This record gives sequence, C-alpha cells and structure tokens, in this order.
Amino acid sequence: MSATPVAVSERGRATDWWRNRWVRFAARRTLRLLVSLWVLVTAAFFMVHLVPGDPIRAALGPLAPADLVSAQRHALGLDDPLLVQYGHFLRGLLTGQLGDSIGSQLPVSQIIGQRLPATAELALLAFAVAVVVAIPLGVGVAVLTRHGRARRTELAFVSSTVILGAVPDFVLGVVFVFVFAVNLHWLPVAGRDGASSFVLPVLALAVGPAAILSRIVRVEMLSVLDTDYLRTARAKRLSGPRINLVHALPNAVTATLTVSGLLLGSLVAGTVLVENVFAWPGLGSTIVQSIINKDYPLVQAIVLVYGVGVLLINTVVDVVLAVLAPRSTIGVD
Amino acid sequence: MQRWSRAARTPLGIVGFGLLAVTLFLAVFAPLIWHRQAGDYDTDNLLAGASGEHWFGTDNLGRDIFYRVLVATRLSITLAVSATLIAVVVGVVLGAAPTLLGRWIGRPLIGLVNILVAFPGLLLVLFFAIVFGVGAKGAVLAVGLAGAPTFARLGHTLMAAVAGRDFVAAARASGVRPGRILVRHLLPNIAEPLIVNATIGAGGVLLSFAGLSFLGLGVQSPDYDWGRMMQDGLGGIYVHPLAALAPGAAVIIAGLAFNLSGEAVARALGVQVDVAWRAVVTPTRHRARAAAPPPADDVDPDLVLDVANLRVAFPHGGDVIRPVRGVTFQVRRGEAVGIVGESGSGKSLTALAVADLLEFPAQVDADRLAVLGTDLHDGTDHRHLLGTSVAMVFQDPMTSFNPAHRVGAQLAEAARAHQGATRKQAWRRAVDRLSAVHIHDPHRRARQYPFEFSGGMRQRAMIGMGLMGAPKLIVADEPTTALDVTVQRQVLDMLREVRTTDDVALILISHDVSVVAEVCDRVMVMYAGRVVEDLPAADLAVAARHPYTRALVAAVPDMHSDLDAPLATIFGQPVDPAHVPDGCAYAARCPLADRRCRTQEPTLTSGVACWHPGESLPVPHARDAREVDA
Ligand code: SF4
Repeated sequence: MSATPVAVSERGRATDWWRNRWVRFAARRTLRLLVSLWVLVTAAFFMVHLVPGDPIRAALGPLAPADLVSAQRHALGLDDPLLVQYGHFLRGLLTGQLGDSIGSQLPVSQIIGQRLPATAELALLAFAVAVVVAIPLGVGVAVLTRHGRARRTELAFVSSTVILGAVPDFVLGVVFVFVFAVNLHWLPVAGRDGASSFVLPVLALAVGPAAILSRIVRVEMLSVLDTDYLRTARAKRLSGPRINLVHALPNAVTATLTVSGLLLGSLVAGTVLVENVFAWPGLGSTIVQSIINKDYPLVQAIVLVYGVGVLLINTVVDVVLAVLAPRSTIGVD
Repeated sequence: MQRWSRAARTPLGIVGFGLLAVTLFLAVFAPLIWHRQAGDYDTDNLLAGASGEHWFGTDNLGRDIFYRVLVATRLSITLAVSATLIAVVVGVVLGAAPTLLGRWIGRPLIGLVNILVAFPGLLLVLFFAIVFGVGAKGAVLAVGLAGAPTFARLGHTLMAAVAGRDFVAAARASGVRPGRILVRHLLPNIAEPLIVNATIGAGGVLLSFAGLSFLGLGVQSPDYDWGRMMQDGLGGIYVHPLAALAPGAAVIIAGLAFNLSGEAVARALGVQVDVAWRAVVTPTRHRARAAAPPPADDVDPDLVLDVANLRVAFPHGGDVIRPVRGVTFQVRRGEAVGIVGESGSGKSLTALAVADLLEFPAQVDADRLAVLGTDLHDGTDHRHLLGTSVAMVFQDPMTSFNPAHRVGAQLAEAARAHQGATRKQAWRRAVDRLSAVHIHDPHRRARQYPFEFSGGMRQRAMIGMGLMGAPKLIVADEPTTALDVTVQRQVLDMLREVRTTDDVALILISHDVSVVAEVCDRVMVMYAGRVVEDLPAADLAVAARHPYTRALVAAVPDMHSDLDAPLATIFGQPVDPAHVPDGCAYAARCPLADRRCRTQEPTLTSGVACWHPGESLPVPHARDAREVDA
C-alpha cells in the first residue's frame, strides 16, 4: 500500500506550511509592536509641544527670570526646529539619555531606575494574586452552579463580583486602610517597608481584576462543560477533578488569557492611583507630582515607561496565546 | 423605548435604573436644596465625627460632609457625562472615517485607534491630562479623549455592518455629503447599541474622573467633586475616616447606577435564550433518588441491561416535561437492540439515562435500572463498573474529542482511571485499540490531535476508546448521522465486527430504520416517550403491526416493496413533549384512530401498543411527500 509514503510527504508539507504560518505570525506581531512603539514615542514627544503656552515658563512659574527660562529652553533643546528636536529625542531614547528632571536636576533615567522596581513589584504581585484567586474560584463556581444548580451561590457570586469589579481600586484602597490599618491595626497605613506593607496595596489592586477574571473563567467553564467532548469525558467515567481540570480547564483558558492580558495592562495603570493612596515610592506618585510641577522631561519618560510596559505585556500575551491555542490565534487549521 | 422599559423591569434593571434615578435626581436638585448646608462653616465642630447634627461629621473647616457629598453629585455627574459625550462624539466621527472618507484616510485612522485601544484608559487619561493641564476643564477633555478610541472601534464595527446596506450606497452614489450620511443614515441605525455602551461607559468615565480628581489633577478647590473630597479626606483618615469613605461610597453607587442600567438594557436587547429548553438539548447531571427498587431475587447472568419503567423529566418554566414516560426493556449478552423514532421521541434520552449520563436538572426515575445485575440507583458509586463495561459512541465525532489533548491520551486515560494501568501500559493499549479499529499507523496517529483525524477515523477512534476496557454494552447514539455515506458503512461494519468478536451487546439509536434493520437483532420503536412496538429486526419490513412502525418503514424507499409508489414521508408533526395528548399519542397522525384511541392510551402488550395492531391501513396511509409541509 502506498499509504505510508503519502502520509510522510503530507506530513512534510504540513510542517512547512505550519512553519510558514508561524513566521507570518511573528512578522505581523513584530510589525505591530514596532508601529505601536513608534506611535507611543512620537506621542510622548509631541505631548510636550502640545502643551498650550510655553512649557518652560509654566514649569518655572511666572516669577522666574527670563534668562533662566531661556537657558532652560536651550538646555532642553526647545529652540531647535521641531524635526531636529525629534531626532535628538529619538537618539536620546536609543542611548538611554532621557535628559534631566527640571525639578530635581537629577537624570531622569536615574529617577526611573529607583522608582520602577517598586511599581513593577506591585503590579506583578497583584496580577499573580488575581490569577491565583480567580481561576480556582471561577472553576469552582462554574462546577457548582452548572445548569441552575445552587442558585443562591450563583446569585451571591455574580452580584458580589459585579460590585467588586465596579469598585475602583483607589476607593478600595481607602476602605482597606480604614478597616485593616486604622481600625484593626493589623497592617501599616502606608509606605513600603517590609512584607506587611505590601498586603493592602496588592489586595486593593488585585480584588477588582480577580472579580472580573473569575467571572470570565466561570462563563468560559460553563460553556466548555456543555460541550460534546466533556460528555465524552463523563462517559469515560473519569473522576470529577480530572473532568474539570484536565478536560475542561485547558479549553477555558484562551479567553481567560486574553482578558488577563488586558487586566495586567490596566493593573499597571491602576498602580498610579493605588500608589498615591499608600504613598508607595513608585512611578505612580512620581508622575502625579511631576504633572503638577510640570516637570516635562520626567513626565515624558514615565509615560514612555508605562506605555512600553503595556505594549510588552500585550505582545507576550499574544505570543503565549499563539503557543497555547495556535488554531484560533494564528489561523492554523 | 418599549424594550428599554422592559429592561427596567428585570431585577438588574430595577436596581440599576433605581440607582440612576436617585443619582440624577440628586445631581439636579441637591445643590438647589442643600447648597447652604454644604457651604456653612461650623467652626465649633472642625473635623467632627458623625453626630445627630452632622450625620457624616464635618471637614477641617467644619462643613457638613453628608451634604457636601450630596451636593457634589452635580459636579461629579456633569463632568462624567460631558466627558462621555466627548468620547462618544469624537469616537463616532473617528469610527465613521473609513465609511465616509474612504480607505486612504480611514484605514490609518482605524489602525491608530486599534493601537490606542490597547493602552489602558487611565494611561491615556494621564497623557491628555499632561497636555491639557491640571483642572476640571482639562480633565474633562482628557477623560473624554481617552475614551474616544473605544467608541471609535465600537462605532467602526457597527457602522461597517450598516454601511454595506443599499440605502447607504444609494445615498453615497447620489452625492450626499459624508456628514449628512452619518447623521441621517448611519447614526439612527447604530443608536441603540451606542447608547447602551455609552451608558455603561459613563460608569467607567465617572470612576476615571474620580481617580483624576483624587490624584489632584482634576477638580481644584474651592470646587469639589467626589474624587476631590476623597483626596481631602484621605489625610485625616485616622481622625475622621468618613470624610474619605462617604464620597468613595458615592462614587461606587453612581458608577454602579450607570453600569447596571446599561447592562440591563444590553441584556434585554440581546437574544432571549430559554434556559429550560437548553437543558433538554444538553442534559445535565443529577439523578433523583428512585423509590427503593425491589431487589432482584434471581439475576439472569445473561442480562446486560435491565430497565423497568424508566422515566425522564425536566423542569420547564414552572412546569415539568416528561420526554421519556415509562420505558421497559432488556438487553442480553451479545444482543443488538435498535431504538428508532423521530427526533423528540425520547430515544436519545433513554440511551443517556441507561448510561447514567443525564445530569441535573434532568430527573431519572426507574423501577429498575440495572447493568450486569448491579442496580445503578442503589446509591453507591458505579464509576468503575460503567467505565469498564459500558462504552458510548456519540453522534458527532468532530466535537466528541477534546481538542486540547492527543487522541492516544484520550484513549489511554480510561485505562488509567479504571484498570490501574501505568502510563506506558495504557498508551500501548491505546495504540493497540486504534489498530483494532483499523486506523493505519496507530503509533503516529495516537500522538496526533483530533483535528488531524477525519470524521470517520474519529468515530472509529471513539469506538476504540470504548474498547479500552472490556465492554459488555456499547451504546451508540446516532453514530453515523453526521458522517457521509461511504464512511457510514465503515463505522457500521466496525460496530458489527466488534460485536461479533467480543460478544458485546449493542444499543443503536437511530432515526434511520434501514441502518437499524441492517445491524440489529431487535428493534424498539419509540413515540412520544414510550415504546410503541418491540419486534425482531427481520420482521420490520414484513410483519410490523403498529401504524407508526409501518409508516416509518414505508418512508424508507429501499425497504418499500412497491418502488413505483411516490417517496413517502410521515404525515403530521411529532408530539411536543410539553403537550402530550390523552389517549394514544399517535392518534393525531394515525389513519386508524378512533374514539377509543383518542381517550384511552394503549399499553405495550405482546410487543405492540396499539388498539388496532396489524389492521390494514387505508391507502395511502403515508401521504405523498408533496402534501407534507417541510
Ligand atoms: S392506538 Fe389507535 S391511534 Fe394509536 S396507533 Fe393504534 S390505531 Fe393508531
């Protein structure tokens, strides 16, 4: 029979084709990242030029002597033609030269180097907590409330997650401070000093995303639990945990992952508010201060850092999705 | 509008619209009524706690916090609504660009929108806040523009759907200006989803705005909104927590008001799905306790399956429907029993019930339901018994395998679960079973994913999966319906082969009489949840006595003796399980029906449930196909 050679050549072609799809996916995704980065960098550059009036005058205040203002203008290269400035800006970015803060005169890169780790810790820890809570919770509630079982559990879960998902993180932070720090004295009110100081800010950031994510996990699980292949798994009389975790969960993670990527992005942004509640020495409190003080070089750099962070997260999520569910993401079928 | 009012009457809508009404009322009237109380300095009570005089206490200038929260509603809501309007208007204009201005301008704009949407809203807000500067006006612009990309994308998607329609093309062809097309033709058609999303969006905008004011970038004193009040209260949280918590609660409530109202309308506008009916289509796990069954004194060792008075019920609305109403039958070792009937006859539910695969809210009751002499309703766990001795084959092989796992692993796990096989043993057995069902190159195939298998191969692999244990009974529910004709044959041959080599009993569910007649020894005909005839397969064509069985046989061309007669279908509609008539359920379609048939239900006696078994039918009993409405 000729079955074997045919099968082999078919397989060879299939791998080529497969590889091709991957290459195309990688190219498309890289291009998108680069275009997004360019948009971000350009926006950050023009942001300062879009500020009405003279940004340096605004930064230094109406009482600053005129020669100081013009010296500062010159130092920042604001006297050059726009395109030249843009070129300098791009070159500065590539060499890590982001200029000096108007307020403190420290190099912007140094300030960011000091502040970024605190923010990154906060965002990543909160994300980890949200995922670790949301997935078991969503799976558990899905299994419990399938087909109108345990209606009261379902109602309690849905309404509490809707409400928790709608509570803004900084309001939650304030509530936490009141309950756990002021009233119960369990945890510090603010600052970043030891493990206990992480608990409240991380929770304030994590609760909303955990609520949203667990709802999505539940909905995804419910639809997977009704599929024919889950009926097959049940017909094999596998144990409950095996049916739910091995057969259902992997098929429910695709949408979950997409959403969790978006959540991580908004978590990064959410740190700005939460840091201000807890006087957390990260980028969030710095950017607010520098916006109020009109410290434009610093603002520009921090906007870039946040933006790049979000873009990287989105890219990583897309790549992970492509690896986990190649058929739905990059159209391999 | 009517649908909006219906949305307002759902529980979600009542809460949402209730909160929204209160919020809007306060936004309009609170400053008029309580302006004075909110501005008064009570210098004797600076930073006072809650009291009868000041419910939420006072701030550092002695102003009453309760009234200030109420009065702040107007500014908070006005700013949020203005920002939302900016977001919607800018978004719709951006989103309409490709439709109105053509691809050269539109495509890059939408590309930009897609990039912007990927950034979290708060980041965009901060960006614009830098450009527009600190203060309420700048914040409205910032929050509004930051929300625009989301609405641009939404508007683009909605308008792209409408733009293809004739009236838009006609308007464009006749040279109507783009702005006019947008206002006159596009907007009215996308208004509903846009308003719903804007309502939900307003909730989010409110929160962003509160955040911005909280950061000190939004509203500046002496004005105050809730975010500003939280910021002012946070410093004194030790002394006076309510000053920060009360405006926080207001933010949450107002945010929920917009959110829930929008959700409620969105749901009301969406397609209604009748949950109870879904439950019938995809049965769920739960088994009602059957009345203690009489212990079987002498278990016939040859009896693979023993079913007496099996009933399946589902809650439906406030009612209960009973798609299976007392089915009794037995299957012996190696016997092949076919169950035929139209869809809705209860045949598949019967199969799932005997395999113990029906779940809540389905209720399965039976006087006896025993597999290999073991009563399934005795309250103990029969996982291993069923897992090794009952194999299932389902209708659609394309969806019956888990797309996330390799085929071999899906076969192997049964052996691991029930026979204590090691990973290696189980895998070897899986490969062996795949080759037993004639899958070429089983070693390679076992490592593949289901989507790499053809439909016929999957169905054979499914049978192979059932053969991992030592099955005594295979339940095949329409195993060939989803396959094309040549593959159907393969699968039927496979089932027959398995049956004869391993002496396995088979229950074959089908709506196709010829398939059943070919494979089975015995046929049960089901109608409206009951068995109406139980006869040897060989008798189908020649000795069927029930009018329904005869109609089924007549409907199959190659079993019909008179090939010149027109192709027959069965006249009338199957019985709706929710409305089973009195008397014989088939009476409405039966040419022999008389008064007794309509009032008294015949029971299954000597293989047939009919008051007029075997009586000759007036010709033609099955009408010409043309007369039956499709
Ligand atoms: S009982 Fe009467 S109505 Fe029913 S099938 Fe027999 S003859 Fe027809």
